[in-house]
Amino acid sequence: MLGEINRLRPKGVLGVPKLEVVLLTGRTIKQGVGKELGKLSNEYHTSVAICQMDSKDLDSIGIRENDNVRVTTRFGSVVLTAVESDRGPHPGVIYVPYGLWANVLTGSHTHGTGMPSFKGVPAEIEPAPREEVMGVRDLLQHYYGK
Amino acid sequence: MTVVAPVTCPVCGCLCDDLELVLEGNSIVQVKKACAIGEAKFLNCQKDRLLTPLIRKNGELVQASWDEAIQRSAELLIEARYPILYGWSSTSCEAVRKGLELAEEVGGVIDNTSTVCHGPSILSIQDVGISGCTLGQIRHRADLIVYWGCDPWSAHPRHIERYTAFSEGRYRRSDWGRYVKRSYSRQLLKRVRRLTDIAYKARPLKEVASGFVPSLSTTRDRKMVVVDVRRTRTADAADYFLQVRPNGDYELLQALRLLARQENLDVDEVSGLPVRLLEEVADAMIECQLGIIFFGVGLTMSSGKNRNVDAALSLVRDLNRWTKFLILPMRGHFNVTGANVVSTWQTGYPFAVDFSKGYPFYNPGETSVVDILSRGESDAALVVASDPVSNFPREAVKNMIGNPLIVIDPLETPTSLSADVVLPSTFVGIETEGTAYRMDHVPLPLKRILTPPAGVIPDEEVLGRILDRVRSLSKDVT
Repeated sequence: MLGEINRLRPKGVLGVPKLEVVLLTGRTIKQGVGKELGKLSNEYHTSVAICQMDSKDLDSIGIRENDNVRVTTRFGSVVLTAVESDRGPHPGVIYVPYGLWANVLTGSHTHGTGMPSFKGVPAEIEPAPREEVMGVRDLLQHYYGK
Repeated sequence: MTVVAPVTCPVCGCLCDDLELVLEGNSIVQVKKACAIGEAKFLNCQKDRLLTPLIRKNGELVQASWDEAIQRSAELLIEARYPILYGWSSTSCEAVRKGLELAEEVGGVIDNTSTVCHGPSILSIQDVGISGCTLGQIRHRADLIVYWGCDPWSAHPRHIERYTAFSEGRYRRSDWGRYVKRSYSRQLLKRVRRLTDIAYKARPLKEVASGFVPSLSTTRDRKMVVVDVRRTRTADAADYFLQVRPNGDYELLQALRLLARQENLDVDEVSGLPVRLLEEVADAMIECQLGIIFFGVGLTMSSGKNRNVDAALSLVRDLNRWTKFLILPMRGHFNVTGANVVSTWQTGYPFAVDFSKGYPFYNPGETSVVDILSRGESDAALVVASDPVSNFPREAVKNMIGNPLIVIDPLETPTSLSADVVLPSTFVGIETEGTAYRMDHVPLPLKRILTPPAGVIPDEEVLGRILDRVRSLSKDVT
């Protein structure tokens, strides 16, 4: 299935490369330490406003580590910094640590359990060289108006 | 300089109770035996604190007196038709008890963070039942440890060292030495690969995604199996690593159930894994003397949710036909288990308890906060020791922020930034005593080590003051 959905297809007016992937969100040790240093700390921001990608996926949309990418699901879209995953190989799978950024991308349907689907969400990823990764306050203002 | 020991760590569900803290006056200068997350919490607990109550006036959060903030909170809760009281996993059982009293008084819904964590596991345990145990049993006796959909190396950093593969038990030896040797050999292999890469400009040695990692020693005591969608750091330490396809856990669990019942599989591959490998793992499970599955939110947050956990619990039941097998959820926050326990002995239900009818009513999917917020039914929220604005899906956050929001927390968080009333509180387990439940339901006392900043009071007391004010205001109305 992964092979099937992990195909590159040119899209958009300028043919910006987009990649269909599966989004996983979860904990990392840096996210754990970052949250204890404070949700508004720089450490927290750099540990969660990232998108861990397989090296092949980085190549296929033509970006390098630390370039910005836009991740879009049917629930929302957010700009993150792409990082090469040290937990690879996992082509077709991206990993975003828990946090404000990840949860812009997840839906609230719980299938009658109370639990939204935070893992295994279909997503699209594309380079976003001209866009910035938002800080906590900007993000709150942009998405929630507070 | 004084040393305080032993100290119980108020971070994750492991509740490690062997920490040593070095104090200088009223601050912690050194933390011994803790993991990186525990150390970060103890060393940073006095920085960037909320020190006075805040109230939103003309769109801005401004300083207010305790009396004013408590009055405003009580008014908001009384005015609300269907308030939500949420959080509770990072505070003491005593505070949870007070919270339940408040929820009943205001006729609201009280839900804890397990609703977006192991809530589906609880639903499944209520359906299927669980063969549980305490972690001490595992430490001393388990010879097969399965981590399924969890990465303790990142989320419960001392779990492996204290309770499973790397712990020195009475009847089982630690696997640490062998792991170190294997790490060295892996590094060596990487170097050789890099050299051959340079020499041949090709990759003669390919990394295997899943499978059995050959062991260096044959006199093994414990075996570790990791099932995950990524090769996590925990997987690096495992004997078997099964890299399951995302959303493929249910299939894999049912396949293992068939194998445990000595049935044959008519396919070559399940969830991206060769059946031959699954047969090997099923054999290891049947042949062990005492096995355990620790499962994480990899099962509850992906497709299938509680049904995945049903399959895992049933696999354990099947395996008990051959050997002794146990299963435990890896609980996240330090007192999320306590929040479930207190809620259960007070109301009969572990989470998502609705008091709007005047008596406790429980129906996750209907009375769970994410569902209530998505349907836009609540009209106020009280959040204690939690940060739902960071951790709820966008639509749910929108509704929470759109209505009056009261936050009780020691630190500034995205939730406190979006609140209408902010009440600063102390850190339970550092500045306030209390009781917390470890992930295996063992209650442990938490210590008061530091004096809290002036004017900051414990969660339990804040909730008590709001409750008293709610009662006196309601009396005035009637």
